[in-house]
Amino acid sequence: MVKATRKPLEEIFAMVKGYPRVLLVGCGGCTSVCLAGGQRETLELADELEQAARAAKVPHHYSCLTVERQCNLEFLDDAAESAKDCDAILSLACGAGAGYLADVYPATPVFPALNTVFVGVDKDVGLYEERCRSCGTCALGDTGGICPVTRCSKGVLNGPCGGTQEDGSCELGDGIHCAWHDIYDRLKGQGRLKEILVVRPPMDWVEHGPRSLVQRGYEARYAKKPAEGEDR
Amino acid sequence: MKSGSNLEKVLTAGHFAVTAELGPPTGVDLELVHKKAELLRGAVDAVNVTDNQTAVVRMSSVSVSAILVQMGIEPVMQMVCRDRNRIAMQSDIFGAVGLGIRNLTCLTGDHQAFGNQQGAKKVFDIDSVQLIATVKRMRDERKILGSDEEIAGNVPMFIGAAANPFAKPYEFRALRLGKKVEAGADYVQTQCVFDVPMFAEWMKAVRDLGLHTRCKILAGITPLKSAGMTRYMAENVPGIIIPPAIVKRMSDAPKGKGAETGLAICAEIIEQLRAIEGVAGIHIMAIEWEQKVREIVETARLLPRPSV
Repeated sequence: MVKATRKPLEEIFAMVKGYPRVLLVGCGGCTSVCLAGGQRETLELADELEQAARAAKVPHHYSCLTVERQCNLEFLDDAAESAKDCDAILSLACGAGAGYLADVYPATPVFPALNTVFVGVDKDVGLYEERCRSCGTCALGDTGGICPVTRCSKGVLNGPCGGTQEDGSCELGDGIHCAWHDIYDRLKGQGRLKEILVVRPPMDWVEHGPRSLVQRGYEARYAKKPAEGEDR
Repeated sequence: MKSGSNLEKVLTAGHFAVTAELGPPTGVDLELVHKKAELLRGAVDAVNVTDNQTAVVRMSSVSVSAILVQMGIEPVMQMVCRDRNRIAMQSDIFGAVGLGIRNLTCLTGDHQAFGNQQGAKKVFDIDSVQLIATVKRMRDERKILGSDEEIAGNVPMFIGAAANPFAKPYEFRALRLGKKVEAGADYVQTQCVFDVPMFAEWMKAVRDLGLHTRCKILAGITPLKSAGMTRYMAENVPGIIIPPAIVKRMSDAPKGKGAETGLAICAEIIEQLRAIEGVAGIHIMAIEWEQKVREIVETARLLPRPSV
């Protein structure tokens, strides 16, 4: 899931201090799971902003609302009533959610309270690790389930590079494992080493502007409708 | 001949080749480039020009290579995958050909976290193996990536790669060189060798795969300057192994005799490497010590360089 972390209070306060009535919108999805933007964190942030505003002697009113997910229009509608009475919105969703909220309420300034960091897994409570770069061309089938794009510091597709250290860590150290060392070990264990002996060709990064996805089975529903007067 | 470069001719004629490295300046000090190049003139068959090594911003490898061409010294242009996407790389390869550059060593590149632009966005659009295949495609098929349209003119490049026998997983290193040879590497320049038995073991694996017959192998050499440098490299540089005996020998060297001891070790290593079947030459990486290269080559009785 998407992992995010809260921005420093000073940065958040600097964004919203010019607005007397601010609505904090938490998200019950990913940022709630990673303990950055759920209901509890939203209330905590409101408290901290309250103190900051009092200390700075600026007019303030912070109200809170947590929707089920900010990446879905239906749930964003839940904020409609509250949004009417505020001067600015502070989103505690990931960048996608915050951006969607801004689209839905285009007349109101929307600010992000979080930094969206990566798509990852829960290693422990409050401890997360990146596992996917959403590149659009999943290679996991060839690399023993270890992503070279995400886990290799250089995203090398025919690794390992020459920097792997004695203990199997990346040249960057810092406890980072060499992804290709791990790929080698895992495929060797599975008797599949020959699969990484073939040269993997360059990736198609599909960087053609923002991506959209029509799920299988929904193609007809979202097929481009011919414009009025266009030949059918 | 694939490229007609001096390096290719020397290797093809069966001579024991010698290349050395020249690090471009961290600015526009052309005098330094000329000075370093003159130190290497005639002492080696070709001069590798590094591409922003350790991710420190330097004068570009293509321009310093072009300066060497103007000086009548053959460059080996290094190209890393860290800073440019496939558009820029293929474009620079065309440019390099236009500037008279005929050898290209394809590398992954040190991570930007080591250099002086740590907030830089890394590129790594293609990796070193894919870059090798790209240059081969440009040269042998006269096509760029993803296009069947034939390009105008030829891309006569002698294609090089790097290999590190001293990085884990050791047993995969010869196989990875195999991938580079398969992709099109004509020659390979290895990480610097201090542990000769370990290198010999890797060479055996390389020979067992028959790679030495398809690709010329140049063993990396780095002369040690001092006990301090030796310890630093042994402890801090990923992918370099310096056996304790060499560290001790450098540490035990009398005051003022560090460099001399380092050069003696260097000469011994070269001697041992020449005895290993399949080693086609050496690649000297005298880090900011270009003035010693001629002496190293001379001590190894590898002067004068062949004229082919």
